[in-house]
Amino acid sequence: MVDQKHIRNFCIIAHIDHGKSTLADRLIEFTGVLTQREMEDQVLDNMDLERERGITIKAQSVRMEYAADDGQQYVLNLIDTPGHVDFTYEVSRALAGCEGALLVVDASQGIEAQTLANVYMALEHDLEIIPVINKIDLPSADPEKVKQEIEEVIGLDTSIAIMASAKAGIGMKEILEAVVNFIPPPQGDRRAPLRALIYDSFYDSYKGVITYFRVFEGTVRKGDRIRFMATGKEFIVDELYVFRPGLTPVEELAAGEVGALAATIKEVKNVRVGDTITLAENPAPEPLPGYRRATPMVFTGLYPVESNDYGRLREALEKLQLNDASLSFEPETSEALGLGFRCGFLGLLHMDIIQERLEREFDLALITTAPNVIYRVNLTSGEQMMIENPADWPDPSHIASVEEPVIKASIITPSEYVGPLMELCQDRRGTFLNMEYLNEKRVNLHYKLPLSEIMYDFFDQLKTRSRGYASFDYEVTGYEQADMVKMDILLNGESVDALSSIVHREKAQKLGRALVRKLRKLIPRHMFEVPIQAAVGNKILARENIAPLRKDVLAKCYGGDVTRKRKLLEKQKEGKKRMKAVGSVEIPQEAFMAVLSTNPDDD
Amino acid sequence: MPIGLYVHIPYCQHKCGYCDFNSHAGADRTEQARYVDALLLEMELWAARPEVAGEQVIAVFVGGGTPTLLEGEQLSRVLTGIRQRFNLAPDAEVTIEGNPGTVDVEGEKLQRAFDAGANRISLGVQARQRHLLERLGRIHDALQVEEAVAAARRAGFTNINLDLMYGLPGQTPADFRETVAWALSLDPTHISAYSLILEEGTPFYLAFEAGRLHLPPEEAEEQMFREGKALLEAAGFEHYEISNYARPGHWCRHNLIYWRNEHYLGLGCGAHSFLRLAAPLENLGAPRPGLTASRVQGGSEVETAPGRPGQHYRFWNLKHPGTYRAALERGVLPVEAGEAVGRRQEMAETMFMGLRLLEGVSDHRFAARFGVSISAVYGAEVERLQRQGLVEWEGGALRLTPRGLRLANLVWEAFV
Repeated sequence: MVDQKHIRNFCIIAHIDHGKSTLADRLIEFTGVLTQREMEDQVLDNMDLERERGITIKAQSVRMEYAADDGQQYVLNLIDTPGHVDFTYEVSRALAGCEGALLVVDASQGIEAQTLANVYMALEHDLEIIPVINKIDLPSADPEKVKQEIEEVIGLDTSIAIMASAKAGIGMKEILEAVVNFIPPPQGDRRAPLRALIYDSFYDSYKGVITYFRVFEGTVRKGDRIRFMATGKEFIVDELYVFRPGLTPVEELAAGEVGALAATIKEVKNVRVGDTITLAENPAPEPLPGYRRATPMVFTGLYPVESNDYGRLREALEKLQLNDASLSFEPETSEALGLGFRCGFLGLLHMDIIQERLEREFDLALITTAPNVIYRVNLTSGEQMMIENPADWPDPSHIASVEEPVIKASIITPSEYVGPLMELCQDRRGTFLNMEYLNEKRVNLHYKLPLSEIMYDFFDQLKTRSRGYASFDYEVTGYEQADMVKMDILLNGESVDALSSIVHREKAQKLGRALVRKLRKLIPRHMFEVPIQAAVGNKILARENIAPLRKDVLAKCYGGDVTRKRKLLEKQKEGKKRMKAVGSVEIPQEAFMAVLSTNPDDD
Repeated sequence: MPIGLYVHIPYCQHKCGYCDFNSHAGADRTEQARYVDALLLEMELWAARPEVAGEQVIAVFVGGGTPTLLEGEQLSRVLTGIRQRFNLAPDAEVTIEGNPGTVDVEGEKLQRAFDAGANRISLGVQARQRHLLERLGRIHDALQVEEAVAAARRAGFTNINLDLMYGLPGQTPADFRETVAWALSLDPTHISAYSLILEEGTPFYLAFEAGRLHLPPEEAEEQMFREGKALLEAAGFEHYEISNYARPGHWCRHNLIYWRNEHYLGLGCGAHSFLRLAAPLENLGAPRPGLTASRVQGGSEVETAPGRPGQHYRFWNLKHPGTYRAALERGVLPVEAGEAVGRRQEMAETMFMGLRLLEGVSDHRFAARFGVSISAVYGAEVERLQRQGLVEWEGGALRLTPRGLRLANLVWEAFV
């Protein structure tokens, strides 16, 4: 057991690309947890996807030992946090286990929207914040200006700010000294009844659920009978671990320490993130305040291309959910796509990542329908419905009003791009709130926007219109009334449920036109003419025709090469198998995603 | 059972932009001579084998590439070599393919070929209009076509095919009408009219992908097909295969072997064969590295038609003239790989190849070959295709309807 005054629990908060993971790696290396040879680049991002995309998705932890200049030996628990807005709730969980945070800001880029959001969250948790100006060795670095920005915008004292370059290994010792000197040690009575907060879990096929926690009060030992206070379930602790960074067994963990336990827990639903662990024999009277459960904001239908992969898709989703409680899914049936799942995600990046993991790690071919938000539909009967699937949209004659989720967006940008960005927000039905100057060259632009409007390529547009300089963050602020309608797509006169979407009435016409044009290009020609129509109710907004197939014949037969000919025919047939038939029309997978990528200004 | 013989000459003076056949430009006389030597070695090896030795050869096709790029003496060696080593039927059809631009005005080459036993010539004409020929990358003009036809007649050829193309970049229906009428005025016995197909990887394909190749609109292409067919039929030609027309009695016998899914031996680099072999493929010729059972695909199915022992194989030669020749110089068959053809696959191939012919696939012949009727095997598919108006039963044969003729891929894929 380590004396509390020799423990420091901290995390790193930073914008994507500002060098957070590299910094974590250098600290691990510096404290000698791993030798350089053992270091795989970016130890903490251990999912393939995280490494490839250079992002952190899951919070990770590592325990370092450090001999400080004061002659004392310290245990430093570093909890790595994700930097993307979709994973804000992961950040808040990580913050709850810490007493301090390193705020990493890129010396040439300055503060970004996501940095601000996370700093405010850290301040709410009363964390001690140590500014670290990173990448000072770059020619474009302007650390003084960044310091000034931190003081003016966040109001932090930068006299203790550390100049660093994680890449070049500059400032590592100074950072560790600052952690020891400025971040307070954890408190909490080690003889009190156990109260440990669960901040994460994952499923190990041999050991069952591995539960990650921070002990706030009391002590837990191997062999203890523990109780999860929310579920009431009890288990015997098989093993206790600290993170070095792999799971390393220890005998006990006491207030102030961070670790994990295995207790032969077979069902992941028994371990709820945010729940409090106590001892069965001497339970705490009250649990710790938990976390707000992450609520899915974006919904989409996921269908297997091969309908007999439905079972495999369910198993894959269940497995992913073990380590990602924010993923929700329930079975749904589409006339066009058959059996699938309506899945809820924290945001578009989250959706993207889950989809990619399903395809990569589980080798599933998927059709994804256009994502949508949850609408609150007030019926003329006075009832209220929450609609997350266009297929459930009530008959318009029964709808009194519709409310949609809105966000407050913060866009930090060099001032020269304010014009194009305001135009973008305006296009997306945004309401200007205010604008503040961070310094003479950078502004923070605040807009109120419908959540649905930022789902389609908003981020790409933001980057394009600001030449990559603008950063963006948002929080969902509530629901507001909006004139939303369900737009149907009819192929050969038949409505295709998987192509329906909820759109704003004023945009329906333009979107409908763009969408049918796009579908005309994506849907192959048939032996008959296929009309494509976009409609709201009985009103046709747009129509295009796919001309009938006039000719499909190989003129030559390649001499005696019948094998090649047969393979061509097989390939052609295989291609058609991968399409979904709706009535007599064959629809390729890309068509179902067309709704997502349709820009009304496309020609 | 009689077989066909295909001989591949992989040389061209110039590679056309639409061509994806196994042909190479820039070979000199010596290289060609060594290639002919290799062909003779290959004939030697096959002629000694029981699979071929006893069989009558009813059609020979020397194709390419450009066979007429060979010297007259080289052509003669190839044709004489065949006559000496194989059991050629007295009335065998012996075709050589030629490019009008490589036929000498004096007609020496064609004379040597005719004297060595060729009795049918197939000329790559494509179009009459100079700008279309230039766009295709052809090395000849209309005048050279007329001279080549005249030279062929002087040499003794009476059975003459002209290859035409439609749907070409820059071609109008009027151009094609003019080409067909002009071709008919040259009095051939056979005309092939191919719609341009953009084969992946060819310069034409790449240009099309890049938006630099403009094809006539579909309606125009269809008009060319329709008008070409009408002109040819009015002139007494029978439309007997998707792209082929002939005067009665002049259907191409060699190609009929392909379309009826009968047996043939391919000689030369990249040539394909379809034969019944008593022994598995790897036992052909001397053992050589690289050809192992693993390269024989689908060899597990051994079921064959009743009363016909042995296994059917499709196999193909090494594609490059150099590696092909090297194998023969070592004394081994230059086979690259092959696949055993099971009964079910042979049925499928019989269907999709046979449905290229306008007469269709005779149920009687199908049943004689496989011991089961077409409907018993493909009943559901045939019914669907009938409902879609793509095929019909006529005189005991399943054949394409006029609509099916234009959408034949949809028909063929039903059988694979």
